[in-house]
Amino acid sequence: MESQDDLHEALREGVAAVCSQFDDAYWRDLDERHEFPWKFYEAMAEGGWMGVAMPTEYGGGGLGITEASIVLEEVAASGAAMNGCSALHLSMFGMNPLVKHGSEALREAYVPRIVDGSLHVAFGVTEPDAGTDTTKITTRATRVGDTYVVRGSKVWMTKASLCEKVLLLVRTTPIDEVVRRTDGLTLLFADLQRPEVNIRAIPKVGRNAVVSCEVTFDDLEVPVDHRVGEEGQGFKYLLDGLNPERILVAAEALGIGRASIRKAVDYANERVVYGSPIGSNQGIAFPLAEAYARLHAATLVVREAGARYDDGLSCGEQANMAKYLAADAAFAAADQAMQTFGGFGYALEYDVSRYWREARLMKIAPVPQEMILNYLAEHVLGLPRSY
Amino acid sequence: MAMNIVVCVKQIPDPADPGELDPNTKTLKRDVKLILDEADSYGVEMALQLVDAAGGGEVTLVSMAPDDEVGGIRTALAMGAAKAVLVSDEALVGSDALGTAKVLAKAIERAGDADLVITATESSDGYTGTVPEQVAELLGLPSITFAKSIEVDGNTIKVKRQTEAGYDDVEAPTPAVISVTAGVVEPRYPSFKGIMAAKSKPVDEVTVADLGLDADAVGWAGARQEIVEIATAETREAGTIIEDEGEGYAQIVDFLADLKVI
Repeated sequence: MESQDDLHEALREGVAAVCSQFDDAYWRDLDERHEFPWKFYEAMAEGGWMGVAMPTEYGGGGLGITEASIVLEEVAASGAAMNGCSALHLSMFGMNPLVKHGSEALREAYVPRIVDGSLHVAFGVTEPDAGTDTTKITTRATRVGDTYVVRGSKVWMTKASLCEKVLLLVRTTPIDEVVRRTDGLTLLFADLQRPEVNIRAIPKVGRNAVVSCEVTFDDLEVPVDHRVGEEGQGFKYLLDGLNPERILVAAEALGIGRASIRKAVDYANERVVYGSPIGSNQGIAFPLAEAYARLHAATLVVREAGARYDDGLSCGEQANMAKYLAADAAFAAADQAMQTFGGFGYALEYDVSRYWREARLMKIAPVPQEMILNYLAEHVLGLPRSY
Repeated sequence: MAMNIVVCVKQIPDPADPGELDPNTKTLKRDVKLILDEADSYGVEMALQLVDAAGGGEVTLVSMAPDDEVGGIRTALAMGAAKAVLVSDEALVGSDALGTAKVLAKAIERAGDADLVITATESSDGYTGTVPEQVAELLGLPSITFAKSIEVDGNTIKVKRQTEAGYDDVEAPTPAVISVTAGVVEPRYPSFKGIMAAKSKPVDEVTVADLGLDADAVGWAGARQEIVEIATAETREAGTIIEDEGEGYAQIVDFLADLKVI
């Protein structure tokens, strides 16, 4: 295989082949029953797809965020959308702080199990009273001998009820005792399935095959050797992962956009009203053509951001724009798919409403579009901070 | 006992997007992206399983394709085959079944001493279904067709050969040429690591001359088969849809009675 493009094409085909076993009916059913896609997860793990961007010494493929984003884009584009991506997302790159800053013992014990899929991991940052304002988190870890005692609550923790471990951001020094508010935050690799941990599923609009949870920690003990990196440096470690996270989410959005346009085009070609396929009407065709063009433009920015990250260049501007543009283009595509299907789009059995509900999430998570614009306005354009 | 198996694989236009027939040559245009014929993925999988069971040896692919096409070969290498011989030559354009068999037979010899040669029963684009037997004849090897299962017992190959009524038990000494049906095994999907490893697996790209074949024996020059006419298959008539409003069963019974099947 000669070029990078050939490799990427082969990866796309490989993922698409695995995903071809899991059709829209599979995802629709699990979404309706709020059940985790175990068979899909196991097939992806067995194929080694979880470890694409993980270091080779732990069984991974040693490739970059570009390749990880291609894998997740293809998963979403298969019709799995976010139910498929969220099942894998955290295992594919979310544990990067552990890989980069964890002790050798921690890495050896856990990273190979993340790569082979046997260890399910969650990520705990957001709290009921601290969303993007991360430094305001109040989950507290108090050092007692060789353990930290954790108390507090987290919200929107993906897969928490299924995960053995969580990479948890806690405050080890109270905010009024630190010089900078970003100091005093620490990452712990904690157990989740313990009596001191209470996990409650949050009923939500979509992506229901993968549970989102509210989690409370009532004096959970975490051994000091399960701290990731230095005490008080957790925020810095977290920042390393923000750009790759945006790139992956952007790629997932692209996949939903592709799935939406494919469905809409098929339907517009098949559905005959007043003697001709509805796609022969420009009122149907033009918006789909426009959605396709916008999705393609977003794709180029996602690729640019991924390439810059993998080349070790700064990519905050590109990663943020990628997330903004891809989320926007994906939702516009899904919304146009809904419009194309007319009344049937509102019926669950045509799947576009599932894409639409999940595409809507991309404009909110992991950061809302407005915070992206804030970043661009302040850090790229040099305008005054507005908040 | 190690076992070396050669699998013939064809790279064909994607059946989901098959392209067109050339009205002048009456053959399929092959200037599109080519992929591994799904019919061959069963042979590749069977070969990989037999090598695994033997506890050693390797699977070598043999393919004939235009323009040094390796797209389909890479898929089979990603599944686990070790290496490939690819024959690509302008002189091969227009080859009929026998011309193809001559090339494949030479390429199989080039691939090394094989204990077994596996093919599909027929390709999914040409459908002549005659190449495996011709290859066997040219190599002077026993030919067993339509294998629904293969078992190796020392130097004997035991095959359940699919028939209309069931299957026949057939045996042959190795080496032999066996064509397998789509039911023989379930092909694996290439894994991520398989795809990465396929990048560096050797593909021996050869021409007709490299195989010691005369260019006149293959391609349009050597073809003894002629495609006289190509015609579009008749579109099937739409079936009868019976809306069930409580009496649907009676209409189905009447329909079957009309056909005299009940």
